[in-house]
Amino acid sequence: MSSILIIEQILNGLQFGVMLFLMAAGLTLIFGVMGLINLAHGSLYMVGAFAAAAVAGWTGSFLLALAASLAAAALFGALIELTVIRRLYARDHLDQVLATFALILIFSEATRWVFGSFPLFLNIPEALSGTLTLPGGIEYSRYRLTIILIGLAVAVGLFLLISKTRVGMRIRAGENDREMIGALGVDISVLYTLVFALGAALAGLSGALVGAIQSVEVGMGEPVLILAFVVIVIGGIGSIKGALAGAILVGLTDTLGRTMLPWAFAVFMDPAAASSVGSALASMLIYILMAGVLLFKPTGLFGSA
Amino acid sequence: MIRERYLNLLIGALLLIVPLVALQLDEPFIITLATKAAILALAGVGLNLALGQGGLVSFGHAAYFGIGGYAMGILASHAQDYAPLMEAPFLIEGTNLMPVIWLVAIVASALAALLIGALSLRTSGVYFIMVTLAFGQMFYYFTISWPAYGGEDGLSIYVRNQFPGVNTLDPIQFFGICFVVLMAVLFLVNRLNKSPFGLALNGAHQNEERALTVGINVYRLRLVAFVISGAITGLAGALFADLNRFVSPTMFSWHTSGEIMVFIILGGVARLFGPVAGAAVYILLEHMLGGISEYWQIYLGLILLFVVLFAKGGIVGGLARREVRHDG
Repeated sequence: MSSILIIEQILNGLQFGVMLFLMAAGLTLIFGVMGLINLAHGSLYMVGAFAAAAVAGWTGSFLLALAASLAAAALFGALIELTVIRRLYARDHLDQVLATFALILIFSEATRWVFGSFPLFLNIPEALSGTLTLPGGIEYSRYRLTIILIGLAVAVGLFLLISKTRVGMRIRAGENDREMIGALGVDISVLYTLVFALGAALAGLSGALVGAIQSVEVGMGEPVLILAFVVIVIGGIGSIKGALAGAILVGLTDTLGRTMLPWAFAVFMDPAAASSVGSALASMLIYILMAGVLLFKPTGLFGSA
Repeated sequence: MIRERYLNLLIGALLLIVPLVALQLDEPFIITLATKAAILALAGVGLNLALGQGGLVSFGHAAYFGIGGYAMGILASHAQDYAPLMEAPFLIEGTNLMPVIWLVAIVASALAALLIGALSLRTSGVYFIMVTLAFGQMFYYFTISWPAYGGEDGLSIYVRNQFPGVNTLDPIQFFGICFVVLMAVLFLVNRLNKSPFGLALNGAHQNEERALTVGINVYRLRLVAFVISGAITGLAGALFADLNRFVSPTMFSWHTSGEIMVFIILGGVARLFGPVAGAAVYILLEHMLGGISEYWQIYLGLILLFVVLFAKGGIVGGLARREVRHDG
């Protein structure tokens, strides 16, 4: 296997990881601040992708499509927070899981009802199509590089928001003691709606960005949601840093596993068997990674008990 | 206000009477629906032991359901093709005998539950939910990318497996098998819940520190409950595969885990007959809403949302009105 191919796969893994980070950051923020496990997060990813595909088809502008994905996901996020989610904060996790599972059914069927069962397609904008030559003569997709940059920029922005701004201070305070910041005159219910909408917007953005690589279809959010859970378990719940580390780790492990394992097995097996054993094992690799981390740190790499 | 014991009798009797009436009216489809309800109820009874009694919110029980299903699919497909499962170091042949298939399903899903449980139970709360969910999905993706037994397309079995002395192709006789298995498991689970093991499990659910203080090994206790729970759900998976004569990765999908959980919530958490009532109502809803609209899952979602938000305790809980704690 050539080194160029390996570097390409590492970049693909980074891009996948960065996208998982956008999903996992919202999930972990919502869990950290409100103590809520939100299965409907994948639905907001789907909402973002559909909004982007619809607006891109309508206006032809990719930037407007991205803005639409942010706006639609934040709007639907705020809407379900106001109508359903806020009744669940004081409930146990089982109720949260079931109510948000019900939201998934509603979102998926409603989307199928509005857009039909056929997948939509979102085109990569002209300026970002094609490849860029990296130092060392590696040709790499401009669009995927852009996703990596956007993801890293969001990570930095989120870090600054939480550690440097007044809103971030309140978010951190809300994580530690919700009664106390309420007593200090902060309107907690507005803060919670904002955090939920922020998490939703990140999921929507990631849905729109990925929508240009894959097809936009009902149910697209669910595999990503499970991966985001794996990321959070590895990184530690409530930690943005953990979400970033976990996401990159999972992205790289999954992408490299899928390309390298069949190739590694082919060294000592016949090619057909190697590809089937390799790909079956590769599909389990991140769960094995998760099991490995749990063996040593049951609360994740950056988690506290 | 009905005493729960009489309510349980009523639920059990209804499940038995409906297919018998359908037999008289010559409506085999209703018998099949009742069979499906009985099998899914069994899966729910399995999960309820971990979730209701033990407070372990496992979101990955589709794993055991699917393992049970594939135990049936793999054994029966080898019997169908007369191809042994394994020749060296010793010969294992496929089989189409239900009791053997059940045993394999139970053992295989118990082993998987032991492995997954041993790892997952190191965590608790929301980590536990996410970890079990993730391990459940691992099996889903594995079966999809493993072409030997049909991969994404699944496996079809052309003739239903056999049970000595019973014609399993007759819907009412197959229903009889499933009903008897369900009742036998309910009897065992009831005995288990009232045994020192069940009391300790429930005690550890209510107050873990106190259970630890009186010298209970909570981790081991929960692991045993998790393994039994997985084994029961695995048995249900084998029966479900036999009902459809088909297994596919869908049995492993997290929607299946969610549905099994829904039976319990609809029926009543930690109630012996909760999953039975829940599964029956779910099948009924699925059938009726499916007739109303192509997008019936929206209505199902709304009903579920309503039950979770406003009708705690589910059907059995609402009718029996005796508080059982399930917050943890």
